[in-house]
Amino acid sequence: MKLRLSMRVNGNAVELEIEPHRTLLEVLRNDLGLAGVREGCSTGDCGACTVLVNGKPLVSCLMLAPDAEGASIVTIEGLAKDGKLDPMQEAFVAKGAIQCGFCTPGMILAAKTEDIPEGNLCRCTGYTKIQEAIREERRTTRPQA
Amino acid sequence: MKSVGQRVPKLDAADKATGKSRYVQDLRLPGMLEAKILRSQVPHGRIVSIDVTEAWKVPGVRAVLTAKDIPAKVWGYSKDQVALKGDRVRRIGDELAAVAAPDIEAATEACERIKVVIEPLPAVYGMEAALAPGAPLLHAARGSNLVQTHLYEHGRIEEAFSKAAKIVEGTFVLPAQQHGCLGPAGAIAEWDANGRLTMHDPTQIPFLVQRDLAEALDISPADLRIVQPCIGGAFGARLDLYPHEAIVALLAKKTGTPVRILFSRDEDFQTDPVRPRTIVRLRTAAAADGTLLGRDADILVDCGAYVSWGAMTPVVMVNTFGNFYHCPAARYRARTVCTNTQPTGAFRGFGNPELLFPMETQMDELARALKMDPIDFRLKNANRAEETTPAGGHITSCGFKEVLEAVRTRLKRPAAPAAPHLKRGIGVAAVFHVGGGARIYRSDGCGATVKVDDFGKVVVVVGATDIGQGMETAMAQIAAEELGVDVSMVRVATQADTDIRLWDVGVHASRTTFIAGNAVRLAAKEARKQIEDARAALKLPADAPLDKVVRAEHFRQKGRLITASVFYDPPTSMVDKANHGNVSAAYTWGCHGAEVEVDTETGQVVVKRIVAAHDIGRAINPMHAEGQVEGGVIQGLGYAMFEECVLKDGRMQNGYFLDYRMPGIRDIPEIETVLVETNDPEGPFGAKGIGEPPIVPIGPAIANAIADATGVRMREFPMTPERVWRALRGNR
Repeated sequence: MKLRLSMRVNGNAVELEIEPHRTLLEVLRNDLGLAGVREGCSTGDCGACTVLVNGKPLVSCLMLAPDAEGASIVTIEGLAKDGKLDPMQEAFVAKGAIQCGFCTPGMILAAKTEDIPEGNLCRCTGYTKIQEAIREERRTTRPQA
Repeated sequence: MKSVGQRVPKLDAADKATGKSRYVQDLRLPGMLEAKILRSQVPHGRIVSIDVTEAWKVPGVRAVLTAKDIPAKVWGYSKDQVALKGDRVRRIGDELAAVAAPDIEAATEACERIKVVIEPLPAVYGMEAALAPGAPLLHAARGSNLVQTHLYEHGRIEEAFSKAAKIVEGTFVLPAQQHGCLGPAGAIAEWDANGRLTMHDPTQIPFLVQRDLAEALDISPADLRIVQPCIGGAFGARLDLYPHEAIVALLAKKTGTPVRILFSRDEDFQTDPVRPRTIVRLRTAAAADGTLLGRDADILVDCGAYVSWGAMTPVVMVNTFGNFYHCPAARYRARTVCTNTQPTGAFRGFGNPELLFPMETQMDELARALKMDPIDFRLKNANRAEETTPAGGHITSCGFKEVLEAVRTRLKRPAAPAAPHLKRGIGVAAVFHVGGGARIYRSDGCGATVKVDDFGKVVVVVGATDIGQGMETAMAQIAAEELGVDVSMVRVATQADTDIRLWDVGVHASRTTFIAGNAVRLAAKEARKQIEDARAALKLPADAPLDKVVRAEHFRQKGRLITASVFYDPPTSMVDKANHGNVSAAYTWGCHGAEVEVDTETGQVVVKRIVAAHDIGRAINPMHAEGQVEGGVIQGLGYAMFEECVLKDGRMQNGYFLDYRMPGIRDIPEIETVLVETNDPEGPFGAKGIGEPPIVPIGPAIANAIADATGVRMREFPMTPERVWRALRGNR
């Protein structure tokens, strides 16, 4: 039996029929073609599939898709606006915080709200440049803080 | 210089930051099926039967393969590997059968319905047990579980030890380490109507896979091309041909439609070609004035069930053993051994972290015993520029003194801790590594073409592979510098296949910036000469823009293309039978300093601060060079402090990121990186390799700091709280 699911994804209203055991990760990647949601482990340990659910970073592999009913989801594809990178994306690019890039979308989304994205693993960078990028983004977007 | 030495952001960074990069997980071809491999759950046994009847009853199943359905080809470094096992399994995870179906659920269900009968055989897991008389044999044809013995010697070893003022000795135990690439393994195979195979394969060795996979499939290498999608981490994990690559190609051939195989995380853990478990028995001798006299090593390296690159780590270890420091006498024996565990492979540093933990621990022990400063002791025995070592290594540029002094200046003794059960200390350790390629194959070459089009765009086609380290950007900077154009005008054709790209041995041994960089630089230089010639022949002014010059050539009869191809193979040799030779066109040095705080009640070690100084020749891109150092340091920190494959009866017990503890962002101390530029005479713009050296000395630097803080020597990685706690209590 399939369930009807309505949610907003990257600002667009989405309606689709899904099997109730599908994870949000599977629906975003496979049904909606949002390949920037990376599957690194499917057990909630690596953070590569992090998306923003109503503004909060969550690992989409541990969330059943039906639980996203009515939610507003932002994936990495929804961050750049009018061809212009989000300040966090810009900071990651400018500070050399990206190597293989597999963890990058989840890391950037988590860093939008977390100063220390401790739920996200990176095997390449040693995190040093990621920390620099987050500090840079905070400095440029919240100069008074 | 306008491009070289600049902190140019990675050319592919914006795509990666926006999720547009396409990894193997993101590719979909029309009609593509998904594959699943049925794996052995028995560590060692005789295959009695495999019944696939029920698998075919799962709706949608398009192919079910076992050993009897595929070419009977053995392949691999020691010709002991097959794609699907027909008579014997030698480890948990061995490939028994494979299914292709429209989705992974159907493929998985079909695999679960296959009935396998395996008669268990006695298994052996430890290397010493595997070498003992009467041990179960993994490969009967070899007659023993011993794969190979590597020997090396220079000087008079017995004499050196007999006249020593101080001798230190110890046995060091190093665990298997998982690569932990965030992007799991996978590949896609498709055959065209003419019987030609295309592999979408995130391999580190596209041109070697072309040959090896063709051999495994019993086809001509000319009928196979490799396209690399974006690679989600590698670190040595993709340096060989693996069974899944052959299996997915066979399934695609059988079904006549593209087939993809993607590993789940637990499958990735169970099949990753881990850094080999290694046991090093080492003793080192010095004179009373701090002169090194001799070192003597006996080493065991675990190959796992089949021989892959793990078996070659002694070749890199011996390079360091024979070349590092002025040491007049050295004797080395390393034996590689098969056990019923997952095959071991290449991992960043390739033997050097395993050897230098013992060597640099004993350098520290000797310095203390002789009441010398550990940096002064190293300086007294340091390699220098323009010398040839007893092992035959020819040293050109050498920044060893500079990296040692850089750490001395920056590593300060910490203030006393707040409580008596907390102890603080500092330690240093050094690294020697190849920095100008490594001739482990007969070729250490790479080809590059530089093309300038009539829009002034420069296209670099190069055999080298980007695994996140920034090859693409470094090559663009080198070409831009040589041609006098802005980096933004350069494209590197990373998505081209092996039909178009030019030969390269692969991305390993910290060789890409040096080897591919030289090929690109020489090709760009030749292209620049063509442009200058064209300007002169066409009587164009000296400041005529590139696009105008090229267009003038394209729009005249008997015009010419601005395109130059160069093959660069460094002036080096393979080692001889006695393991002597100059395998690299340049060598590199580094030194790490670590400050630690040890809780003597819990055994917890906190690494507070790290100084990492490396002789890089010249930083083509300092930002990305720092990234290599920081990333290597933290992988090395994981190896030294947290990471270990826990095996029980041949089965990995901690094959998830929750239990296999890789460093997280909370584990990161302050890292101060120092890049020492020695301007190597052979390197492109003076550059040397930097990919591997930073993973090497961090472990022994921390161990030496623990000894400084507590007086206790750690000789086993990872240095977990339990091991430190036990060591502090005399290993009770």
